[in-house]
Amino acid sequence: MTPLPHALAATPSLDRWIRLTGDGDVIAFTGKVEIGQGILSALGTIVAEELDVARRRVQVVSAHTGHTPNEGVTAGSMSIETSGAALRQASAWARRLLLQRAAARLGLAADEVTVADGELGGEGVNERLTYWDLADQPFDFEIRHRTPEKAPKAYRLVGHDGQRRIDILAKATGPAFVHDAEAELHARVVRPPSLRHRLTELDLDVAAPGRLVVDGSFVAVAHPVEFEAERLARRVAGHARWRRIGPAPRGVDLDESRREPAAAFPLRNGVPSPTPRRRMATTHRAAYSRPFLMHASIAPSAAVAAWRDGALEIECSSQGIEPLRHVIARVLGIDPDAIEIRHVAGAGCYGHNGADDAALDAALIARALPGQRVLLKWSREDEHGFEPLGPAMHIEMGASLEAGGGIAEWTHDVYGFTHVARPSPRAPGVDLLAARFLAEPFEPTPARPALGAEVGIHRNALPIYSFPNQEVTKHFVANAPVRTSALRGLGAHGNVFAIESFMDELAHAAGKDPADFRRRHLQHDPRATAVLEAVLDLCGGLAGNRGLGLARYKNRQCCAAVVAEVSVDEETARIRIPRLWIAADAGRASSTRTGSPTNWRVVPFRPCRGA
Amino acid sequence: MIPFRLNGDAAQFDSGDRDTPLLYVLRSPTVGDMTPKLGCGGELCGACRVLVDGEPAYACTLPAGAVEGRHVETAAGLDTPVRRALVDANATQCGHCLPGIVVAAEALFRSNPKPARAEIAAALDSQLCRCGSHPRVLRALVDLGGE
Ligand code: FES
Ligand code: FES
Repeated sequence: MTPLPHALAATPSLDRWIRLTGDGDVIAFTGKVEIGQGILSALGTIVAEELDVARRRVQVVSAHTGHTPNEGVTAGSMSIETSGAALRQASAWARRLLLQRAAARLGLAADEVTVADGELGGEGVNERLTYWDLADQPFDFEIRHRTPEKAPKAYRLVGHDGQRRIDILAKATGPAFVHDAEAELHARVVRPPSLRHRLTELDLDVAAPGRLVVDGSFVAVAHPVEFEAERLARRVAGHARWRRIGPAPRGVDLDESRREPAAAFPLRNGVPSPTPRRRMATTHRAAYSRPFLMHASIAPSAAVAAWRDGALEIECSSQGIEPLRHVIARVLGIDPDAIEIRHVAGAGCYGHNGADDAALDAALIARALPGQRVLLKWSREDEHGFEPLGPAMHIEMGASLEAGGGIAEWTHDVYGFTHVARPSPRAPGVDLLAARFLAEPFEPTPARPALGAEVGIHRNALPIYSFPNQEVTKHFVANAPVRTSALRGLGAHGNVFAIESFMDELAHAAGKDPADFRRRHLQHDPRATAVLEAVLDLCGGLAGNRGLGLARYKNRQCCAAVVAEVSVDEETARIRIPRLWIAADAGRASSTRTGSPTNWRVVPFRPCRGA
Repeated sequence: MIPFRLNGDAAQFDSGDRDTPLLYVLRSPTVGDMTPKLGCGGELCGACRVLVDGEPAYACTLPAGAVEGRHVETAAGLDTPVRRALVDANATQCGHCLPGIVVAAEALFRSNPKPARAEIAAALDSQLCRCGSHPRVLRALVDLGGE
């Protein structure tokens, strides 16, 4: 029997996931957070579908410690698979229990009861009865095993046209972000010039009449009026003196001297292993790289905190409020249960940005100024100077061709820094910016190679294609010149760019059509082949200046193919991409649009064995 | 107090705030319109976009005193076909750039109700979206102009 969704097994009490309100609504609880991907809208649709109620009746409550199930970090494009699966199963149980209660009331068997928008009926039933008439009994129920879910062919919402994001109108018309929160004090941190500077001198009176918070080299100001807080921060910055405690980072690329001491981990069954890298006689080689990348969100990070009677309340846009709570508790030396964190939307989130750091900043300031609700915002300079960066990568590819023009041997060597430095209670160090600056500092965790499947540097290093002989190796460089962590797709971005670029170069060398060249190495994978054919059909072929890219995220999730038309202005060398076509098999879509534009296509999802 | 109009209604702010950037005054508790956002603070991203007497302006740098007696419009007040088209088409990701885009697009549609795609793109060139929602925004506005 299929086991329960992981999140549901961890939080089996039905009431923690689904509740009915007194006035005809349904509340669904999730530990996942909205970061612009539309997850709360999609989860609400899943719940409405499974419960057979109108979409508008379902409200979704997102990550809030103590109030929603602990679902860890919202990352890795997994929220539909994890929280969606848990909520679908929880809703199926809620429906089943409600139907049992209805059956008892109506004198029918449970399978004779019908339901439409929460209204219950059946043969010869004249009484009007709804879910909410039965809701006086809460779901005092522990989910121990699965109950059957609605058959997808009966879906009337999921996968249908016209599902709306439920959060957009509010974001266009009013306060909707953590930056917009009401506060008694506005705060700014006065940053050192770099991570390697510490405070030597500061006149404590310069902040009057505002408030100044100093803990070691962590310096912040607060004022009831926001613009005054900014002025104050500039004034204090002008008075603070800092000293350098370590050498400035030398260069910022992944040059040979940095790659040299890397630790090599060839992948065995997809997992990095400390075994010798196998040599291959490759005849074609190419190297690709990407620089460090900023998240550079449209708004700098922000967080709210209030310290009252030894308890701390935080509102922030962290992707992982539960781990964050434990790490902040460690820094403050308090019980994690004294901290309550609620997720509130931030500006665009593409991975581990400044959101967690801002939460600790706000917490430190709130503790120093108890009893007041503090809204802390980073400056644009803070954001660009101190957020973790997506790490630089360097990828060396090698291959040899067989007589027939296919690939005989394939090597992929990817070098890079850690992509995995989110704050975690399991990490030995404290991976929050302010911690290292405190009078009693906490050092960040020394970078360690991530050794699971499809994580960190080697995410999507394994090719989607099948070759007779291949060696894929992760090379971990421990010392990054800047702070690095997760940015969209982790290593997938660089690895897929290298694989797909190299496939084109090899196709060219073999004198083959790039699409045909890929097809012959994709015969084991009907879903990827279908996506490839769909994009070629959509664009009408690879004529002219068109290039092709194909990948499946983590080699097991969404499969997408993109054709790009590229033009280069021969005089200015300006590169333009006038057109892109995309086809994707993202599994079962929660929402689709009819009247699809001509440059994208959703490849119909056909569950197949083993997929 | 300095009087001005905000989305058709009378509004005012403290005369000590003449030199404060309009963005901070609009978002202060006295005025309380949180739709204009701070992105860059330097006329580079358009997140703070508002209309002053119908003309697009950057609230992050415009001194509040400049709007004395004038009419300021923000996304909160623009219950218009432009805003509805963007919202109905799910034309955003995180939504933080959206109020500025609503304002910039509104200015375009008032002067040119049937803009061509290239005209829309040109009018929104000052509006950054780091999430990459531009194609959806363009599609929603092209559809609106074509109706
Ligand atoms: S905040 Fe005004 S243009 Fe960026
Ligand atoms: S939707 Fe996030 S910046 Fe535009």
